[in-house]
Amino acid sequence: MNILKFFTAGSVDDGKSTLIGRLLYDTDSILADQLEAIQNANRKNDDGTVDLAILTDGLRAEREQGITIDVAYKYFQTDKRKFIIADTPGHIQYTRNMVTGASTANLAIILVDARNGIIEQTIRHSYLVSLLGIKHVVLAVNKMDMVDYSETVFDAITQKYKTLAEELKLKDVTYIPVSALKGDNIVHQSERMTWYTGESLLHFLEQVDTAVEDKSEKARMPVQWVIRPQTDELHDYRGYSGRVVSGSFKVNDKITVLPSGASSTISKIEFFDKELEEASSGQSVTIHLATDVDISRGDTIVNSSALPQESKLVEADLCWMDTKALDTSITYLLQHNSKLTKCKIAEVVYKVDINTLEKHAADEFKLNDIGRVVLKTADYLPFDFYDESKANGSAILIDSRTNLTVGATMFRALAD
Amino acid sequence: MSKYNFDYLDELEAEAIHILREVAGQFEKPALLFSGGKDSITLVRLAEKAFRPGKFPFPLVHIDTGHNFEETIDYRDSMVARLGERLIVGSVQQSIDEGKVVEQKGKNASRNALQTVTLLETIEKYQFDACIGGARRDEEKARAKERIFSVRDEFGQWDPKRQRPELWNIYNGKINKGENVRVFPISNWTELDVWNYIRREKIELPSIYFAHDRDVITRNGQLMAASPYVNMDDEDVVERKKVRFRTVGDISCTAAIESDAFLIDDIISEISQSKISERGARMDDKVSEAAMEDRKKGGYF
Repeated sequence: MNILKFFTAGSVDDGKSTLIGRLLYDTDSILADQLEAIQNANRKNDDGTVDLAILTDGLRAEREQGITIDVAYKYFQTDKRKFIIADTPGHIQYTRNMVTGASTANLAIILVDARNGIIEQTIRHSYLVSLLGIKHVVLAVNKMDMVDYSETVFDAITQKYKTLAEELKLKDVTYIPVSALKGDNIVHQSERMTWYTGESLLHFLEQVDTAVEDKSEKARMPVQWVIRPQTDELHDYRGYSGRVVSGSFKVNDKITVLPSGASSTISKIEFFDKELEEASSGQSVTIHLATDVDISRGDTIVNSSALPQESKLVEADLCWMDTKALDTSITYLLQHNSKLTKCKIAEVVYKVDINTLEKHAADEFKLNDIGRVVLKTADYLPFDFYDESKANGSAILIDSRTNLTVGATMFRALAD
Repeated sequence: MSKYNFDYLDELEAEAIHILREVAGQFEKPALLFSGGKDSITLVRLAEKAFRPGKFPFPLVHIDTGHNFEETIDYRDSMVARLGERLIVGSVQQSIDEGKVVEQKGKNASRNALQTVTLLETIEKYQFDACIGGARRDEEKARAKERIFSVRDEFGQWDPKRQRPELWNIYNGKINKGENVRVFPISNWTELDVWNYIRREKIELPSIYFAHDRDVITRNGQLMAASPYVNMDDEDVVERKKVRFRTVGDISCTAAIESDAFLIDDIISEISQSKISERGARMDDKVSEAAMEDRKKGGYF
């Protein structure tokens, strides 16, 4: 059994929290005491039924305002799969929280209201999905009960979305007509839309193949920690521990340590009390080398036959996440895997109007702004492009005056 | 790609180890909060996997309410002896004796809330900049919103409206002086995941997690251990029942459930079928809809 991480994009008005509540409710994932708590809550639907949206609104302010402010994570499982849902806010003001929830997702559910079709918000959410490289998209056309379960309405919306998906290079989109409120096509196949022959949402989520998300087979392991017991019996023990972020390492592989460029051979791969022949993407292990090499946290071990990009200048997409605007005159910190280095924004190439997808020149970058910049780092970064490897192609920016995470960056091209 | 069969427990484990190593790499004085419960026992196992054959780069810290199940203290001491790691105990009794907190009165008095003060004092005394805890997002809805690296201010407060964005698997551990970070490596685990992991890893647990005979009273519809730490009066009827505990906290706020499950397989099938959440047996969450959010804002784990 594996885990599917997905996030939901849409506003409360689209019934996003209701959709999640429905998924949990119809898969029997809500426990009696939690159900009792929501039944006792003051908020009810107009027809007096339990408001399933309460299940996901965790904070007092969210319950008071009936909106989602921050990402809430929900967990459920079926016989086929485990699911982690990132319930993210849809309002433009909380774009940074949506980016947070989307950054770790394999799949996005984009909700639209059948009565309104594709709106500005749908374009914005779809753009973020494309920006963050989420491979699978479900366009859930919700509130079908409000349009008499009309096939014509559904078809018109899907036709329009196909044009957008093409423009955004979203390759794998699945269209499902649903009513989260009434439960149509969420877990159970709807009997009110016999014209729809596809799967219910849950059934689709159970089947979707996420086996190869990151296509990079280039072996990379950022070193997080050096294990040196320094005891009598383990006097010479030096193990480099970290998580393999792409590809795989085998014993006897020739490796290069970056940024130093030193090379060696893997003599042993350990995982606690086991010795492994191979360590693959996703595994946290400890690597031993045949020769003495100076390695510390922040270095990256890579396969010598597939070296990464190495540069101090990189063109990247930037999503700005701080209330204080980007200041191109100051130095930020850039965190790329376990590496921390100083960084400046050398150039703002363009900003994207995320409601219309138009690019335009800009000299300021404010909260929730997204666009292309050139990053200039103090140290060489051993990176891959985000399209190939999310883990080795992304970084965050930290403002050293406040220590806040102020930007999310995705490496796109070499800059000259 | 690899033929290695990486299942969900491996994935959760690898993520938790990555987080623990980030703590080791990013902080000067981290600590692992150890309660004696299954979640913190799981954290200890994950720390072994992250750092052996080296020593843990942090001590274990137990905030001791003084109202413990004897079995968990025995377990703690033998575990620490086996690990050869350092244990620091912060005592709620001492905070009471020093007049820093006042014991609650009445029938439902509990020392659970007092722990926060002792925890914050212990953090200050040892200057911890990161405290690793075993909280999970599936436990409760305020926790469902919390980041893996959760920054607390000088007063230990969590500000849910000003959480830092947390992207990909990159954790920002930079803090200002006086702040500290609570780190939750098993955020993405569910109760069932923890039990399945304990079974797979053959981890020993304190005996109170398994069915045993115990004197209990029924309070607000829940079974509480009949113990000197629970204020009882003539209305309370002591009965002997076969019970087990699903969480291990302060005796005065941890309810038992009737159960015959004394093997881990029994427990897993019991939980799979259960219709009551684990925190449903915690009196401290029953106070209001926002009970946990309020405690976390005040510095609770």
